[in-house]
Amino acid sequence: MSNDDILLQVEDLTTSFRIDDQYYPANDHINLDVYENEIVAIVGESGCGKSAFGHSIMGMHSQEQTKISGKIHFKGADLLSYSNTQLNKVRGKEISMIFQDPLTALNPLMIVGKQIEEGMKYHTKLSKNKRKQKAIEILSEVKIPQPERVYSQYPHELSGGMRQRIVIAIAIACEPSLIIADEPTTALDVTIQARIIDLLKELKRRMKTSIILITHDLGVVSEMADRIAVMYTGEFVEIGETKNFLKNPLHPYSKSLLHSLPSKNNQGEKLHVIKGVVPSLNHLQRQGCRFKPRMSGTDDSIHEETPTLREVEKGHWVRCTCYKHFQIDNHNQVVEGEKDDVFQGQ
Amino acid sequence: MWKFVVRRILIMIPQLVVLSVLVFILAKVMPGDALSGLVETPGVDSSTIEDMRTNLGINDPVHVQYLNWIKGLSQGDLGTSYIHQRPVLELLEARLWNTVYLSAAILFLTYLIAIPLGITAGRFHDSLVDKLIVGYNYVTYATPLFIFALLMLFVFGFQLQWFPTGGSTDINLEPETFSYYMDKIYHLLLPALSGALLATVGTIQYLRNEIIDTKMKDFIKTAKSKGVPEAKIYSHHILRNSFLPIAAFLGYEITGLITGSIFLESIFSYPGIGQLFLQSISQRDFSVVTALVMVTGVATLIGTLLSDIILSLVDPRIRVE
Repeated sequence: MSNDDILLQVEDLTTSFRIDDQYYPANDHINLDVYENEIVAIVGESGCGKSAFGHSIMGMHSQEQTKISGKIHFKGADLLSYSNTQLNKVRGKEISMIFQDPLTALNPLMIVGKQIEEGMKYHTKLSKNKRKQKAIEILSEVKIPQPERVYSQYPHELSGGMRQRIVIAIAIACEPSLIIADEPTTALDVTIQARIIDLLKELKRRMKTSIILITHDLGVVSEMADRIAVMYTGEFVEIGETKNFLKNPLHPYSKSLLHSLPSKNNQGEKLHVIKGVVPSLNHLQRQGCRFKPRMSGTDDSIHEETPTLREVEKGHWVRCTCYKHFQIDNHNQVVEGEKDDVFQGQ
Repeated sequence: MWKFVVRRILIMIPQLVVLSVLVFILAKVMPGDALSGLVETPGVDSSTIEDMRTNLGINDPVHVQYLNWIKGLSQGDLGTSYIHQRPVLELLEARLWNTVYLSAAILFLTYLIAIPLGITAGRFHDSLVDKLIVGYNYVTYATPLFIFALLMLFVFGFQLQWFPTGGSTDINLEPETFSYYMDKIYHLLLPALSGALLATVGTIQYLRNEIIDTKMKDFIKTAKSKGVPEAKIYSHHILRNSFLPIAAFLGYEITGLITGSIFLESIFSYPGIGQLFLQSISQRDFSVVTALVMVTGVATLIGTLLSDIILSLVDPRIRVE
């Protein structure tokens, strides 16, 4: 991958939310490149700032409640300098979004066909009939049976999986070059999840679209993503290629995440638990390594004072030096007296 | 759809029977009758009154009276007013239309004021405009109609003399002419405006809250992510969803058209149903009272039916097959 292939370049992005008249960054000086025709997964716990990141790229945050700084280069323009009207030309046409909950992401009073067409109305010069034709085509592209019939159905007449296909259809309606998929499979059951993942992969292959996949499901990531960026408290702590990352995670947080998944190798063992919770935005300690409070029994000296993201091998970036000193030994992970807090593995 | 309507109308039959029994019992349980006031009148002895009672059927057994009443009712005969000595139907007709005009005017003015205010408050919520509108809402909610109406009558009717102070039309005008209708509207304006200014509170508050609620919904984010301009997001997505409860209430508002406003009609001496109702109660004119309560009851049943129909028309989720 060369620099010419870069589709989206996020530089020093800081997104702060207002809580009681004070602004707290939910994304803290973020840098990320997204190349053409690739799927980048952003992984992290709930509340780590991954959705906030996705929303920032599209300018979806309410302007009264957020402050955004940095640069978002997309096809030679800085999206952050765009006005709302200018952004409306990009949204849906160049960058689109797939939302988490298909039950609420569709307007209950509008037939799904019209909802798919709506973007085309503002981004293309297609006539009404052409738009309808295209919408029906897209419906069959997202594998909806009887697209003509479904075109004039209301969301409540469709199942959850079908609705998620509609949400995807809306996102691809104008053939964008970047899709931000914000937990596209979280609200679906496992069998439907697999089909939606296959669909997204196929669409990406055919349309040569890049996808930013926001998720906390490492299973989905391993099946789809080319690269992974792990986010913790609004910062990326590790970025790497999927295969490499899954084999050799470096940052303590990434390691802990992977070890807390049940797998064939840890049958009968207690799953690893990361102690504590993600601190809330207004109680977050922003000095030093942010993961330190959740690593018990480590020496302060292993952390950097101002941790930075460093390339430790080609294409593999890690924040802070503490990764060099962190090991998870499955058999000794659970300390006596803390059993109550531990999820019992199978 | 039609099946649903027919079924709803069939359900209304037992409801109507229960309603008629209740209305009849209530009227009978009340002490005194239209002739009670005559007892002390000189030259009328009690046996004459008793004869009059027998002739009017007041001395018949209760169930006979009820059946007679129902029989008349089913033939469109609401009985005769004891006091006015005229058929109740005739008495109602003239006043019913006045009430319908007044209530329609109130409803129209209410929506005319409330919908723009509700939308503005919802769209710019927490802004100064919103606070002003909510402030107006608090004031109108706390103001009693009978005081406000009196004040309006005093200021605009008596002091400034911009509007007539009573009646529904000028008696010197030839009916069915243009100036007659204009005069009717002129007489309507002040009571209608007084009613409407205080009636806006529900609609404004509902609309405002619905809009604020809908704004936060996920499908609004979807619309925004498609690149839909903000104004179009409002007109295509937010408003339609926010109008649902207002539409649902429309049926009940139509009930209000028929049942009228007792306070307003009394204060503005406007000859409508409400005024007739008050008079008839104080004069023990029970055939009028029962007829009015029946009409009101039927109107309420029709109103709920209309609400259901309207809601099923605007919301595909509760469309009835």
